Amino acid sequence: MTSTATTDTPVKLTKKDFDAGIDVRWCPGCGDFAILAAVQRTLPELPYKKEDYVFVSGIGCSSRFPYYMATYGFHTIHGRAPAIAMGVKATRPELSVWVATGDGDALSIGGNHFIHTLRRNPDINILLFNNRIYGLTKGQYSPTSETGKKTKSSPLGSIDHPFNPVSVALGAEGTFIARVVDRDAKHVSEILKAAALHKGTSFMEIYQNCLIFNDGAYNHMTERSVKAENVLYLEEGKPLLFGEKNEKGIVLDELGQPKAVRVEDVGIDAILKHDPKSPDPSYAFMLSRMGLDGVLPTPVGIFRAVERPTYEDMLHKQIADAKPDGKKADLHDLLTSGSSWTIS
Amino acid sequence: MATPEAKNTETATTELDQVIIRFAGDSGDGMQLTGTQFTNTSAMAGNDLSTLPDYPAEIRAPAGTVAGVSGFQVAFSSKEVYTPGDELDVLVCMNPAALKRYLHDVKSGGTLLVNSGAFTDRGLKIAGYEENPVNDGSLSGYRVIEIDITALTAQALSETELTPKQIDRCKNFYTLGVLYWMYSRDLQPTLDWIADKFKGKGKEKFAEANALALKAGHAYGETAEIFQGRYEVGSRKNIEPGTYTALNGNRAVALGMVAASERAGIPLFLGSYPITPASEILHELSYLKHHDVVTFQAEDEIAAACSMVGASFAGHLALTTTSGPGLALKTEAIGLGVIAELPMVIVNVQRGGPSTGLPTKTEQADLMQSIYGRNGEAPVPVLAARSPAECFHAAVEAARIAVKYMTPVILLTDGYLANGSEPFRVPTLEELPEINVKFADDPATFQPYSRDEKTLARPWAIPGTPGLEHRIGGLEKQDVTGGVSYDPDNHHKMIGYRAEKIRRIAKDIEAPEINGDDSGKLLILGWGSTFGVIATTVERLRKEGKSVSQMHLRHLFPMHAKVGETLKKFDKVLVPEINFGQLDKLLRLEFLADNLVSLGIARGLPLKTADIMAKANELLG
Ligand SMILES: Cc1ncc(C[n+]2csc(CCOP(=O)(O)OP(=O)(O)O)c2C)c(N)n1
Ligand code: SF4
Repeated sequence: MTSTATTDTPVKLTKKDFDAGIDVRWCPGCGDFAILAAVQRTLPELPYKKEDYVFVSGIGCSSRFPYYMATYGFHTIHGRAPAIAMGVKATRPELSVWVATGDGDALSIGGNHFIHTLRRNPDINILLFNNRIYGLTKGQYSPTSETGKKTKSSPLGSIDHPFNPVSVALGAEGTFIARVVDRDAKHVSEILKAAALHKGTSFMEIYQNCLIFNDGAYNHMTERSVKAENVLYLEEGKPLLFGEKNEKGIVLDELGQPKAVRVEDVGIDAILKHDPKSPDPSYAFMLSRMGLDGVLPTPVGIFRAVERPTYEDMLHKQIADAKPDGKKADLHDLLTSGSSWTIS
Repeated sequence: MATPEAKNTETATTELDQVIIRFAGDSGDGMQLTGTQFTNTSAMAGNDLSTLPDYPAEIRAPAGTVAGVSGFQVAFSSKEVYTPGDELDVLVCMNPAALKRYLHDVKSGGTLLVNSGAFTDRGLKIAGYEENPVNDGSLSGYRVIEIDITALTAQALSETELTPKQIDRCKNFYTLGVLYWMYSRDLQPTLDWIADKFKGKGKEKFAEANALALKAGHAYGETAEIFQGRYEVGSRKNIEPGTYTALNGNRAVALGMVAASERAGIPLFLGSYPITPASEILHELSYLKHHDVVTFQAEDEIAAACSMVGASFAGHLALTTTSGPGLALKTEAIGLGVIAELPMVIVNVQRGGPSTGLPTKTEQADLMQSIYGRNGEAPVPVLAARSPAECFHAAVEAARIAVKYMTPVILLTDGYLANGSEPFRVPTLEELPEINVKFADDPATFQPYSRDEKTLARPWAIPGTPGLEHRIGGLEKQDVTGGVSYDPDNHHKMIGYRAEKIRRIAKDIEAPEINGDDSGKLLILGWGSTFGVIATTVERLRKEGKSVSQMHLRHLFPMHAKVGETLKKFDKVLVPEINFGQLDKLLRLEFLADNLVSLGIARGLPLKTADIMAKANELLG
């Protein structure tokens, strides 16, 4: 073997390093492809070694994600990816742990694990691919499908009231909560990076088009002709503006409810400025309700980004504090603690 | 009240082989503590022991009621004891409710030590007595010793600074002192314990009072004329030298897993969700952070099991603990563990079922659930511990198999084992079986689903290892590469591998021991916590000269080949279980045995010697 000089500078990784090189089996045109590309593009920009990435997923079309990533990966069981990721992160805090999940996976069967993970705040990145339908099981309504949605299992229209994933995540007081749209590649990469660098659980809802069972669910946010009216980009410290020429903005009415106004009518200073660092999640919650009525635009970007100690930091601090001299305690002492006696 | 007068005569001491005492009183009376102290002192005196606590089912039952009675039973002996015993020699009744609750467990002619100070009109009424049973002749079949422990304790502690209420709480040490006198026990271990327990922060006055109460109780024994004599239960001969401690089953499981993690050289992870009677394992391990134990109280059983799967993938010795209904919820994650071929230990402290069933009572009815309760072909080794302290070694064995064969392993204990305790010889690390962990690290040769020739285990390759990045999951794996594969022949081959891998464990386990002859008229075959009661029965029957042997199974799945061979060598095989015949069914299936007789008694209680004895005698004709 030829000796090569060892160097501390890590080899710069590229998108290709994260491509598992197997056939991707999503339907051609599925929004999942764009998300995969964005993740593969973003990882080389993060301060982790390739072997330190772990992708954990549940079950669903989106949960095939780990197979396509040339990292450590675990395709697990329906809805449980956050709990499995929790076991990985609790034991190996140094790893960069990611969860890929769908709206059915995360919010139906996995609803409990989803909220509890956000509550605990381990440094895990959750990517929720929201196509507002069950893809893998071929088109039943999901917990994010709109009331009245006609599907195979709701031929007369769904009578379920839908979840808004960002609202749910805020209810669980997640520390990083964002939303993006699959087609908006640059924006997806930018928010992905911020999510990955966030210390604590980052939750990204990704509006994803399922062209087979729910095609066009987000057309109002992706079609050129209407996009500007329907999408509001959240940027820290910037006023909440939207419209073709950013001519409209959001103010609060007398009841504290968001209201769209023309900037020229009120002046730019009257427009609400975005503050994702507000410790109280109510402001972000208010934003998360926008767009549901079809009157106000739907916000995308980072709703909330606050600091809170991570689960694993607190866990391992307790372990360290329990060993004042840094050494693991002696097994024999443990086995004879309580009362013991000797027979010779 | 009269102070007992000193006697000059030497009290006669009678030698006994074995005594069974139950301390019983209101849950506030400190009976568990009293029982534990008596147990530890007896252990230090060289007795063998077996104990069983009985707590009230309600968290805060009203004081003085039958529902609020707390009992602690201990059998101590100069010989080996296997069970806390069927019938009591002595029942200590701190109040009328304790008498009401447990009188039927006392053998005829047995001793009732009664705190007459609590047998007031009010106390009797709360317990549901119309007349004082001590005076109405209903206890004529027993030896009743009445002592006004309430008053005597108050008298002994009148000089202390304690309030009357605090003094009343010292009754249990007074009682303990009386029993220490009766059974010729040394006060010193308990005096040491008291001194240690009430160290510092102004608690010295409690130490002083409790020590005083203990000594006063002992002195009362010396001086009161109500005792006919004292007893001595000698120390056991032929005990293996070493350091001993008393362990209950839950603590033994916890310590066994810590020892296994040390033996394997990898840290322990526990993901758990509280459930009776398994919670105590979570509690015990949560205290052991200084042993590098990571505990995670999950949001439910599913998350608990899943966190275990994640921790195993990440390279920890992964454990989850639960009881029957919890195991039901963990099923899917265990199946994932099977196909991902990752090591993990699932402890199921069985309780009465189905559903919520009898949560505080014991049962052995999860055997079928453990062996068969998963979708698809998903074989998982199943072990059962036979006694409280043996839970330690059973846990180590479960971890050994899990790591060596890269598989989930289910360890069954039960409510009776969980709470009962007995002496345990503390082993050195080197005495424990080897648990070799070698994480894969060579990118040149690594394949996620290559197999060890001997064990058929796949390599354990953990995240963070350069060059070994790979994907696993619940979809069927292609042989060797681990890629997703729907190929029919590959599927057949892979479930074949997983089945064969588990089958091979049968050659890597100890053959079940036979207690008695290798062949004969009757074999009594058991598993799990019924070991002790079967051993006691077989010993008695053999003493009567009957052709009876015992075989006990630690490994339920896969089973050692000797099991099938042994069944054939007996005319009849009696299978007592705390269920409706689950092992019996399993044996019929595995060995096509037709000489089996099932004895299934599921009353939420440990089996009694008498139950098995009757059936055995019937079969022996
Ligand atoms: C325990 C269990 N129940 C049900 C299923 C079937 N199942 C697989 S995926 C899925 C829904 C997935 O929907 P979603 O999370 O929205 O993912 P998508 O396929 O749309 O990406 C269901 C119900 C399963 N695999 N496991
Ligand atoms: S069914 Fe829908 S979500 Fe699934 S791969 Fe096809 S397009 Fe994508």
